[in-house]
Amino acid sequence: MADSLVEIRWHGRGGQGTVTAAKVFADACLSGGRYTQAFPEYGPERAGAPLKAYNRIGSKQLRLHCPVTKPNIVSVVDATLLDAIDITDGAPDDASFIINTSKEPKEIRAKIKAKSTQKVFTIDATTISVDTIGRVMPNTPMVGALTKVSGLLSLEHVLEDMTKSFGKKFSQKIIDGNIQAVTRGFGEVKEG
Amino acid sequence: MGKKIGITGNEAIANAMRIANPDVCGAFPITPATEIMQRFCTFVSNGEVKTETVLAESEHSAMSACIGASAAGGRVATATAAQGLALMWEMLFIASGLRLPIVMGVANRALSAPLNIHGDHSDGMGARDCGWIHLYCEDAQEGYDNMLQAFRIGEHKDLRLPVMVGIDGFITSHSIQTAEYLDDDVARKFVGEYQQTLPALLDIKNPVSMGALILTDYYHEYRKAHEQVMMRVFKVVEDIGKEFEKISGRPYGLFESYRLEDAEVAIVVMSSAAGTTKEVVDEYRAKGIKAGLLKPRLYRPFPYTQIAEALKHVKAIAVLDRADCWGGSYGPLFTDITGALYGLDKKPVLINKIYGLGGRDYMPDQAEYTFNELIDLAKGGKVKAVKEYIGVRE
Repeated sequence: MADSLVEIRWHGRGGQGTVTAAKVFADACLSGGRYTQAFPEYGPERAGAPLKAYNRIGSKQLRLHCPVTKPNIVSVVDATLLDAIDITDGAPDDASFIINTSKEPKEIRAKIKAKSTQKVFTIDATTISVDTIGRVMPNTPMVGALTKVSGLLSLEHVLEDMTKSFGKKFSQKIIDGNIQAVTRGFGEVKEG
Repeated sequence: MGKKIGITGNEAIANAMRIANPDVCGAFPITPATEIMQRFCTFVSNGEVKTETVLAESEHSAMSACIGASAAGGRVATATAAQGLALMWEMLFIASGLRLPIVMGVANRALSAPLNIHGDHSDGMGARDCGWIHLYCEDAQEGYDNMLQAFRIGEHKDLRLPVMVGIDGFITSHSIQTAEYLDDDVARKFVGEYQQTLPALLDIKNPVSMGALILTDYYHEYRKAHEQVMMRVFKVVEDIGKEFEKISGRPYGLFESYRLEDAEVAIVVMSSAAGTTKEVVDEYRAKGIKAGLLKPRLYRPFPYTQIAEALKHVKAIAVLDRADCWGGSYGPLFTDITGALYGLDKKPVLINKIYGLGGRDYMPDQAEYTFNELIDLAKGGKVKAVKEYIGVRE
């Protein structure tokens, strides 16, 4: 992991926990002496409004204090954004896209006009969150999918880290639901 | 040494306040500094500090409460931003004039109108000449480190001056970054207990009058005395920086020089933009260009002679300001740097860029654009415009 830097851009809508997902993922990545950043693009905070958040995860001190413009991974928490904005903007030829949708990766690949060298993944995070947490919280399965796609962390590590930080604030039932959601996100993400 | 954690700049400031355990915090919330006092109040509620918090009805009153508590003989800290700092302005002079070592975290933010809550140095620059010591931070780590040192600096027996510690609003205040806290015991030992070196208002055995009326007879002398005490700040800041390095491994001086020693072109920029600029310095160095950076840390008092010494060999310098003085005047940092270099026989070529107002992103390409211009100037190219807005839509 010498001098590695992974930059992630999140797209979501206000109220979906996108910013929290970026924070949870950054926290989990802290292990092993990594340096991390998690920050949203702050605007008027309205439920439903499109928003962006960013992660940087590197082996050296992170000195860039500006938005990510060439994301290695783009994580889209709300697929309706595919009709509103260009989520591929600035993504390099080897970028990966993770989209929360029940559709097949092939269909999404065509829709976002991904290059053949770019990877497209889909995950039905909304359904998983309803099944596991009991309400629409797609951000949690998305953390699982991102864990798989990024290869930066093991699933066990993320679950352990989440249990530790959630343990102080939430009931066992909520923790269990979230663990299941992340695990299914990790296991069910599809490439195509 | 503590372990690496993910924290926001505001958390970093609040944690340093927890270590200092002030007797009183008079405060009023304002974005993006609200989280500082919110976090700190959690420490108060949990009994981790013995601080008496005073929720005032405005920032003017918050600073007044801080002044009263500090004059009474207590360690005092607070936090604010933007309009809040502006509303305190009158009281900032009272705090410094009475030589009260209040420590204040500031999440630097643009001033209204138009209303804008984002990162900008207009608030700090507006309070530039209030007689306070100003320290500016690149990231959350420096927020924690500088805030700890601020208590030592302000409360130093040779100074007794208020200190404000600036982090960039949102960019630093709200970003989660990797940082390292000292072990609490080590940090507490470094900050130490509050020492009241002069008679305080509540010291009834040694009655003292504060804030007396001084007219034409002595006001002029009093102000000269303030100048003299401010001249002592440099040594204190350097000494405490060295002491802090011993316990943290992180060096702190009056400013930071980055690849500056043999630089032919250099950018002078404060706070978070310095980090982004360092990446571009490395990129240009890799191309064989002698690029460097100077990041002011102690902004008031301004280390004119030391900065002139550090920059005198550079051929072309761009000073980047996240604040402006309009109408053909230059940014405040630019006028300080030109003032510092004025006495040199052979002066570097100097240009001023105004960037990032109201939270406009400062991207690496803005630093590249600036360095490219400096390279041309260093070869004898003509200055097109001394002051230019960069990252601006035309």
